[in-house]
Amino acid sequence: MAISGAALVLFLLAHMIGNLKIFFGADAFDHYAHWLRDIGAPMLPHSGFLWIQRVGLLVALVLHIWSAAVLTIRARKARPVKYAHRKPVQGSYAARTMRWGGVIVFLFVVYHILDLTTRHLNPVADTSKAHAAVAADFGPDRWYVTAFYTLAVVTLGFHLRHGIWSALQTLGVSNARRERVLKAVAFAVAFVICAGFLAVPFAVLTGLVK
Amino acid sequence: MSLKLRIWRQADARDKGSMVTYQLQNVSPDMSFLEMLDVLNERLTLDGEDPVAFDHDCREGICGMCSLVINGVPHGPEKATTTCQLHMRHFSDGETIDIEPWRAAAFPVVKDLVVDRRAFDKIIQAGGFISAPTGSAPDAHAAPVPKADADAAFEAATCIGCGACVAACPNGSGMLFTAAKITHLGLLPQGQPERDTRVIDMLHAHDEAGFGGCTNTGECTSVCPKGIPLETISRLNKDYRKALHAAS
Repeated sequence: MAISGAALVLFLLAHMIGNLKIFFGADAFDHYAHWLRDIGAPMLPHSGFLWIQRVGLLVALVLHIWSAAVLTIRARKARPVKYAHRKPVQGSYAARTMRWGGVIVFLFVVYHILDLTTRHLNPVADTSKAHAAVAADFGPDRWYVTAFYTLAVVTLGFHLRHGIWSALQTLGVSNARRERVLKAVAFAVAFVICAGFLAVPFAVLTGLVK
Repeated sequence: MSLKLRIWRQADARDKGSMVTYQLQNVSPDMSFLEMLDVLNERLTLDGEDPVAFDHDCREGICGMCSLVINGVPHGPEKATTTCQLHMRHFSDGETIDIEPWRAAAFPVVKDLVVDRRAFDKIIQAGGFISAPTGSAPDAHAAPVPKADADAAFEAATCIGCGACVAACPNGSGMLFTAAKITHLGLLPQGQPERDTRVIDMLHAHDEAGFGGCTNTGECTSVCPKGIPLETISRLNKDYRKALHAAS
C-alpha cells in the first residue's frame, strides 16, 4: 500500500508540474507534450519513455488496488457482526473515506485517459494538439467536465492527506516527535497537488487560459 | 436518574442474539457504570430472569477485564477511562444507552456482553515475553536504561489488554495492543535478544487470530483507556522492517 502509493504520488507531482506549463502559453505546453514523447530519443522509440512509465504506473496501481482489496476483505472478516450503534469514526474524514474515495479516483482516472489521452471523450481529436484539447475540455459550456474533475481532485486530496501520512507510519518513519510534522507535510503535499491540478481547469473556465 | 437501556442479549456463542430494552429507575449519578448494571441484574434476578452477563474484576481500571461498547464507543464517552471507572453522572436523566459487546471475529461472544479474548493471549505467547535466567532479583542499575526510554516503555506497558482498540478499529485490527507490547519490550535492554523474532512472531499470531490489518485511522488511541499512543504502531512497523531485513 505504502510503496505503490509512493510511486503514484511521485507521478502525480510530475504530472501536476507538467500541467502548470499551460500558464507559459500554448506553444510551451504543446512543446512540453511533444518533449514527453521524445524523452530518451534516439535510444528510445517515439513515446518509448511514456510507455515505460505507463507500465510502471499500471503495476503500481494494480498493487495498490490489490493491497486495498486484501485489507478490505480482512476488515470485513474481522468484524462479521456489525454494531447496532456506531459512532462515526473519530479519526479524520480523510481516513474514513479512503476506500470509496479510492474508487472515485480510479473511475476518474479511467475517464481522464479516455478524455485527454485517447481523446475519445474530448472535442479535439488530434492528439498532437494538447493545449487545444485542454482549452476545449474545460470551457464554460462543458461545466460538468470541470465539476467532475474538481470532485475527483478534491477526493484525491483527501486520499493523499491520509494516505501520505499513513504510508510514513507504515514504513516506520513516524514517531512521537515527528508525528505532527509528518501530518503537516502530508496535508501540505495534498493541498499543493490539489491546488496545482485545479488551477488549470479554473484558469480555462475563467478565461485566463484560452 | 431513570434510564432506558438497550442491551445485547445472547444466550451462548451459537445464539443469534438481539438488543433488548430495559427501563431502570432510581439510578444514582454517583454509581459507576458497572454498579448501574449490578442494580439491573439484582432486579432481573429477583424477577426470575437471567441477569446480564458482563466481564469485570478489579473495578479500579487496572485489570483489563471490563469492556462494553457504550453508545458506540468502547469504554463509553469519557477519555482514558475504563467502563468500571465511568460514572453515571456523565449521562443525563431519561437517556437511552446502547450497550454492546466488543465486535470482532477474534473475540467471539461467550454470552451477552462477555467475549473471549484469548486471541490476545496467543499474541503474547508468540513473543510478548523476554527470556531471562530466574533467581534473585538483579541489582538495581545493573542494566542502565535512559530515562526517556524507561518512560516510553512504561507508557506502553500500561496497556491492560482490554481489547478496546480492536472494538473501536474500523478494520477490527489488534495492532495497537501488539504495538504496545513491542514498544514496551523493545525499548528495554532485556528485550533486545528476541527483538527481531518477537515482532515477526507476534504479527504472525495477530494475523492468524483473525484480526484485520491496520490502516492508521487512529480510532484505537482515541478510545484506549490507557492512552497508548499511535506512534507505537510506527515503532512496530520499523521493528518489523528491520527484522525482515535482518532475516533476509
